[in-house]
Amino acid sequence: MPALVALGDSPLAGRSWSAGRLASSLTRDPLFAAAACTLLLVALAALFAPWLAPFDPDRPIDMAARAQPPSAQHWFGTDTLNRDLLSRILFGARISLAVSLLSVAVAMLMGTAWGAIAGYAGGWIDALLMRVVDAGLAIPRILLLLSIVSLWGTLTMPAIIVVLGFTGWFGASRLVRDGVRASKERDYAVAARASGATPFRVLVRHVLPHALTPMLVAATLGVGHVVVIEAGLSFLGYGVAPPAATWGTLIRDGRENVATAWWLSVFPGLALAITVLAINVLGDRLRTALGGRQLPAP
Amino acid sequence: MASIVLKRVAQGLLIVWLTTTITFFLIHAAPGEPFASLLEDPRLTDEMRAATRARYGLDRPVTEQYVRYLRAVSTGDFGDSFIHHRPVVAILGDAVPRTMLLMATALVIGFAAGIALGALQGARAGSWFDRLTGSTAVLLAALPDFWLALLVVMLFAGTWLPVSGFSTPTLPASAPMMTRTLDVLRHLILPAGTLALLIAAMVSRFQRAALIDILPSAWLRTARAKGVATRSVVFRHALRNAFLPIITLGGLAVPALLGGAVFVEATFNWQGMGSLAVQAVGDHDYPVVLAVVLLSSAFVVLGAALADVAQAAADPRQRRA
Repeated sequence: MPALVALGDSPLAGRSWSAGRLASSLTRDPLFAAAACTLLLVALAALFAPWLAPFDPDRPIDMAARAQPPSAQHWFGTDTLNRDLLSRILFGARISLAVSLLSVAVAMLMGTAWGAIAGYAGGWIDALLMRVVDAGLAIPRILLLLSIVSLWGTLTMPAIIVVLGFTGWFGASRLVRDGVRASKERDYAVAARASGATPFRVLVRHVLPHALTPMLVAATLGVGHVVVIEAGLSFLGYGVAPPAATWGTLIRDGRENVATAWWLSVFPGLALAITVLAINVLGDRLRTALGGRQLPAP
Repeated sequence: MASIVLKRVAQGLLIVWLTTTITFFLIHAAPGEPFASLLEDPRLTDEMRAATRARYGLDRPVTEQYVRYLRAVSTGDFGDSFIHHRPVVAILGDAVPRTMLLMATALVIGFAAGIALGALQGARAGSWFDRLTGSTAVLLAALPDFWLALLVVMLFAGTWLPVSGFSTPTLPASAPMMTRTLDVLRHLILPAGTLALLIAAMVSRFQRAALIDILPSAWLRTARAKGVATRSVVFRHALRNAFLPIITLGGLAVPALLGGAVFVEATFNWQGMGSLAVQAVGDHDYPVVLAVVLLSSAFVVLGAALADVAQAAADPRQRRA
């Protein structure tokens, strides 16, 4: 009996793809390589912003001059308070990326828990939980976020992370729920149940690992989505509180000076667009690489 | 067919009820008093505060408030705006038609352009045309909508195409109907064009994939074997069937569209639902915010239901479900 359980215990048992094969199929793809390199550069730029930034992002260079166009000294120009835009974008990357990654982590945890319970319990619990998901998906996310901001007032960074996470788990929970339903009656799960494992253990050790493969894609694309949503919230003036600049707040600054200083909206927007494009390519390629090799429905 | 419609209506009502419930609990989970902005005025006496609380039913138990809220919302009563001191319904009455005008224009242009582009790409998959327009579409789809809108504003500021507002403020209300309509249409071009561009980028990807999926199928091979010209195979036989996923896409794209409309409206200062919501959030005028949220979710549910019904109408195989 223990031997039987041990076989089913390995999270890789039953998966027909391996990390190595996934990696080798992806590295042959030049577009994937370009996207991965871009993201690596963006991540490194965010991580080492204090060492890479040529100027202090928050200190005006020279009070007299303001909003200088790009030059050899200030590659991306300066803003209306004459702060170096390149430095501000580098520091903005830290907040934008940190908020996005953490909120997607929150969303994935919530979505996994919710979807796992719905899929494993089945019956009316499943129906009830999934109708809540339908309702959550029916409210456009930016409007849900705006109504939360209108009720809660200005949000601190941890609050933004939680709120973005809590409004972003609906789709993921449906994926997990479908995955759990597909694998809970398969032989390894039945065997585990027969050998006396508790429902919680069966779910977490035997069923859930098989349901999480599509989450890899969902999480990747989710980061791309939330980077834009967070920037959009800041763009509307309801994002992370002012002293900290995210890419969204920088674009908002640019909007106010759109007629006089094009660089203020173009460069932060480019940083945002390039990052999102790279994430989308990555997610898309991951999906193709994993596609068809996910667990088939029983 | 009728049973499908009924089932969808029941599901839709259930979802709208759930979103109403979610928003109710959002209000009540918020820190502090939900009507704080009404009550915190220092000039109010305690009695006046109590009267205000009684007027809005805030002194009643939460369950009773919930039932009252459901009853009010189901009769279309969203209360009064805190700022404009008008019924929320009247404010929505101004804003919603503008959003509908913007979205309908963008949808029609975006879908027409996207379907045409996707069909051309799919019919010539792998050609330089397919690859060039395809990568452009992927690029466009990745651009944040508000940033694209901002770039459009930047490009067109100062030209004869207005980049802000719904109409020319200096145009008198007594101007001829024709002049005023043309003025609104001129203001519509850039925001609707921006949204349409994003929609076309998305639709073309789906249309291309749907056509490529369907081209190798047996009945199309038969049509070709019987001597039907390639153009006719693609445009008469294949497109019709590749249309199904696009119907679904149209229904499912409503949340994304409404979200995009918020940013496009805000950037172009188009005085619709999106601008209204953004403005109301700043004013803490949350009866307006919540009404917009509820109305949007109703639109989303309606979009999904219409897509389902249209699917069933277009494809007899689905009527059995």
